[in-house]
Amino acid sequence: MEEWDQPVDSDASLESTLSYYLRNRLWKFAFIGICFVAIFLVAGYTITIGSMNISFVETYETIWNHLTGNIVNDGFDFVVWDLRMPRVLAGIIGGAGLAVCGAVMQNTMKNPLADPYTTGVSSGASLGATIAMTVVGGLMASTNVTVIGAFLFSLIPVGMMIAISKMKDASPTTMIMAGIGIMYIFNAITTVLMIWSDPQQMQAVYRWQVGTLDIVKWEHLPIMGLVTLAGVVISMLISGRLNVLSTGDESAKAMGIDADRMRIWCLVMVGLVSAVIVSFTGLIGFVGLVAPHITRLFIGSDNKFLIPACAVFGSMLLIVADALGRTILSPNVIQVGVVMSFVGGPIFLLLLLGSRKRMWSS
Amino acid sequence: MTRVELKDVTFGYNPGHPIIKDISLVVEEPGLYCIIGPNGVGKSTLVKCLNRILAPTSGTVEIDGVDVATMHRKEIARHIGYVPVASDDTFAMSVLDTILIGRYNHRSWGSEGRDLEAAYRAMKLLRIRNLANRNFNELSAGQHQKVAIARGIVQETPVLILDEPTANLDVKYQVYVTELLRAFAEKKGIAVLTISHDLNITSKYAHKVIMLARPGVVYRVGTPREVMTKENIEAVYGIECSVEEHDGYPYIVLGGPLMDDDDRVDDLGGFEKTSRIREFASVLRGAVPKRRSK
Repeated sequence: MEEWDQPVDSDASLESTLSYYLRNRLWKFAFIGICFVAIFLVAGYTITIGSMNISFVETYETIWNHLTGNIVNDGFDFVVWDLRMPRVLAGIIGGAGLAVCGAVMQNTMKNPLADPYTTGVSSGASLGATIAMTVVGGLMASTNVTVIGAFLFSLIPVGMMIAISKMKDASPTTMIMAGIGIMYIFNAITTVLMIWSDPQQMQAVYRWQVGTLDIVKWEHLPIMGLVTLAGVVISMLISGRLNVLSTGDESAKAMGIDADRMRIWCLVMVGLVSAVIVSFTGLIGFVGLVAPHITRLFIGSDNKFLIPACAVFGSMLLIVADALGRTILSPNVIQVGVVMSFVGGPIFLLLLLGSRKRMWSS
Repeated sequence: MTRVELKDVTFGYNPGHPIIKDISLVVEEPGLYCIIGPNGVGKSTLVKCLNRILAPTSGTVEIDGVDVATMHRKEIARHIGYVPVASDDTFAMSVLDTILIGRYNHRSWGSEGRDLEAAYRAMKLLRIRNLANRNFNELSAGQHQKVAIARGIVQETPVLILDEPTANLDVKYQVYVTELLRAFAEKKGIAVLTISHDLNITSKYAHKVIMLARPGVVYRVGTPREVMTKENIEAVYGIECSVEEHDGYPYIVLGGPLMDDDDRVDDLGGFEKTSRIREFASVLRGAVPKRRSK
């Protein structure tokens, strides 16, 4: 017992423990840095895609010129800034938001399969947005109404999840089953409502339904960006609490955190962020599922690093998926939502089957 | 030392079926308190009422004279630390990070050095320094337990509750951990409350024993010598035993179980029982076709 009061500075193993710990942390920062660089490169490349030939260097030159208010080539400026930038920025914002939503959901629900898509939150938002559009008229007729509609309807699956999390014998799979059930119902209603949408916009509506970045305009980006940024920052601020919550509800309560209340607020936040993103990009699935899992493989589960790393990794993932969709069958374009389903579906199955024993029995 | 007092605490999930009933207790001196009693008697329920993980149906729990029902959770957490029965984490971190979670209420800007030191000391004490960078879910059940205890210790609260801290540990570590908790309580001047199942380890190391009995009441509280008597153990556990003096501690030698409840096996002789079952079965078999033929 005397050991407790002895100085530990001279311990040889303290040295090695701490240096390993610090090196490990350095790697976590490095991972975030690497994702940033990748975003820069992929974003630049994505902007070069299109009928007008603009090189990678010219792309960033044009952006730089626009930002410094010294536009040299009007044609380049129009194509890069007005036509191609919103798409990339929407990918960066949407990827970050959905990935962080997924990480927060997986943690608060203690469910590795949870993400806004698999739990039906995105479908709820999509239905809400559709109702708002058909009532008010036209795709993206009024940004605010669409977003509010999406948020309100995303609260239906959120409420359902809270109810299921209170059930004693609900396994993680129960929640996903319920989410998929609600997704079918909501998507069916959405499809029916589409009957009343303008036939000329059907093409755009269809693309929106499968998830796409190409209908996002500059005027949509501020609200998308602000809400997502707020969501990411709040998640980072509560990352310590998320860690405590991961030790179990009772242990969290004993450390001063009301687990139930925290779960509800987190899910409402997830609902809001995903609703705003879905309002503009449609149903892009699996980002919130795939990004946290891959990020955990690289840097572990500590939420202090997981949340910011997820945000940058999610951004990268979504713009890479978009770039793939636009180049792989060029000149045909595969919507980013479809690409994400190709990537996310198998990973979802892997998670479901890989951890099946534990999930069904718990 | 924080004073914790339970006044007539009753708790039940269904009204009319209390799990613990009218429990009054005072914890005001430092030391190792072991809570013992048979299964289902409400040991875990009792400790969960202490820091309002469960809110008592009636009665009050007071920390230094203040009703915990009126306190903020954070405030309770400063007084009472709690380590649940160890379990897997869905998204496991390294052992060091897991222990650092216990420092949640001590954390502030620049506190990291102190937090790391506390975590390191706890690992050293529990002899798990070599596990520092391993993933929590890769560990054995016994190692989980040690990490959980370390997470409790680094909370540095005046009262520390551990729910079955020696479950899953081998004999050596059951003794080591209990001894350690006793020494820790003495050294730090804190009250450590544990739920224990081993009567002999309890009687050797506990400063005080809280013995619960059905239906969720306190049967005896006192020193091991006062509580661990033949009469008490036979009455509470329903097992024959003799208590000897060994090295100055009561030493319990267990005998056969005392089966005086309704489930006695020898109520029906083995053969008689089988023939009764056959009788029932034939009646049932006969009943089904009869109904069909109607």
